[in-house]
Amino acid sequence: MHVRHLQVSDFRSWELADLAFEPGVSVLVGRNGQGKTNLVEAIGYVATLGSHRVATDAPLIRHGAQRAVVRAVVVNDDRELLVELEITAGKANRARINRGPVPRPRDVLGILRTVLFAPEDLSLVRGDPSDRRRFLDEMLVLRAPRFAGVRSDYDRVLKQRSALLKTVKHSRSADLSTLDVWDGHLAKHGAELLAARMKLVRDMAGHVTSAYAEVAPESRPALISYRSSVGELPEDRESIEDLLLAELDRVRRQEIERGVCLVGPHRDDLDLTLGELPAKGYASHGESWSFALALRLGGYELMRVDGIEPVLVLDDVFAELDRGRRQQLAKVAAAAEQVLITAAVAEDVPDELSGARFEVNGGEVRRV
Amino acid sequence: MYEGPVQDLIDELGRLPGVGPKSAQRIAFHLLATEPADIERLQHALQKVKEGVVFCDVCGNVSAETRCRICRDPKRDLSLVCVVEEPKDVQAIERTREFKGRYHVLGGALDPLSGVGPDQLRIRQLLNRIGTTTDGVDISEVIIATDPNTEGEATATYLVRMLRDFPGLTVTRLASGLPMGGDLEFADELTLGRALSGRRSM
Repeated sequence: MHVRHLQVSDFRSWELADLAFEPGVSVLVGRNGQGKTNLVEAIGYVATLGSHRVATDAPLIRHGAQRAVVRAVVVNDDRELLVELEITAGKANRARINRGPVPRPRDVLGILRTVLFAPEDLSLVRGDPSDRRRFLDEMLVLRAPRFAGVRSDYDRVLKQRSALLKTVKHSRSADLSTLDVWDGHLAKHGAELLAARMKLVRDMAGHVTSAYAEVAPESRPALISYRSSVGELPEDRESIEDLLLAELDRVRRQEIERGVCLVGPHRDDLDLTLGELPAKGYASHGESWSFALALRLGGYELMRVDGIEPVLVLDDVFAELDRGRRQQLAKVAAAAEQVLITAAVAEDVPDELSGARFEVNGGEVRRV
Repeated sequence: MYEGPVQDLIDELGRLPGVGPKSAQRIAFHLLATEPADIERLQHALQKVKEGVVFCDVCGNVSAETRCRICRDPKRDLSLVCVVEEPKDVQAIERTREFKGRYHVLGGALDPLSGVGPDQLRIRQLLNRIGTTTDGVDISEVIIATDPNTEGEATATYLVRMLRDFPGLTVTRLASGLPMGGDLEFADELTLGRALSGRRSM
């Protein structure tokens, strides 16, 4: 698939920007602070309904404007779809497909799929477990949009159950009888999420290892594995649900004492190891970068195996890589149907990736 | 900001559900230009809603008397009870004209975030109701019609647990599935998934 056209208005620094893309490589070049990343961020927003830089939508709207609009024409197997998203601060966003409104914005998920690699991705290796959980869940949604619903159901149940645990702790008189009910719902939704995450890690692990070996051939082998808060997990959903229920029962007193939910996929992590050692804390700067890149490229490969050709977005990453790693990344990227690259200095982008070039400067974008 | 009473009115109207600051302002200025007789009627209606409306002793629905119209209706099937969250859900089901039993209004759903537990809902009254025989008829089926969202589903599960010990009582849950007159392709995955798992043979 590829993006043929992107138009944004009142999005981040852009009052209006209009770009026509082609399959292959497109490079956005411009000094820092000119709004290159904002443009690829808009493309990422069409794919995920979220930004890779901020957790809320408010910063996406241009200062002083009421709403931001992103329009993208996505071509998939010669079929064109126009996706329009209207982002309004503090209100529900609205979406249209081919000018027809859809009931929920998340109905547009799946039309455009992107794999985006950006400097922020270093947190996949060095950051908190929540960063890695978000990475896994985003991949789940990219593979099957249904998981956006599974994840939000789980979050809702988790919130309600946590609220109940807090009141039980503070008042000590509140009714405990409903905790069983919330346990059951937490285990049901949690098991669905867990089973999917584990399958994803199983499917992706090999791709990550080989991507790392390609990007950093001189380094030790990179491995990923899912670590659950409840230990070894069975594969099928029903057994996981039973296990979660048993575990909830075991730690109930502790949960009430502390007023927090101690069991479930919200406590898990993705373990990253280099050779024998955990990547976090032991990997060098270059190794951490390569591992983060390998996670993204592993996800990209996995989608290709699934039969999806996602758009590869490389946001400001070449400056951070040494020459060897740049060449390796260029080799992978050159094979993609569409690659969108941002760079402050054109020379940072390897020659293999010379394609259409856009200059971004002073609130204008111009093809050169 | 307007001065005095107008701003007070806008503030009060703005606290109503579904009324934003712009609508509140519009309504306030509409009222300002309305005939005094119309205002009086509105005033009267507002007062009556607190003083004149009572909740039905049996089902908890809004009513003008101690027993609501549905609970007084002798043609209603006493053995069937449909459990809903709010009085407006009773209206929704009544519009179908399919249901001939009576209702039980819980007054909400389990919602720990808002501090709503079983004691804040009319669950004890439901259990009492099922345990007692009315006009020689026992309640034989309870239809749980809470909303199909996180809180409604939790409430349904809780009710099923509380009701399973009553001998001979059938507990059913409203089916969830595809809207009539709609296209399959426009159904979201969750609805369609549920419709698939709840399919029936023909």
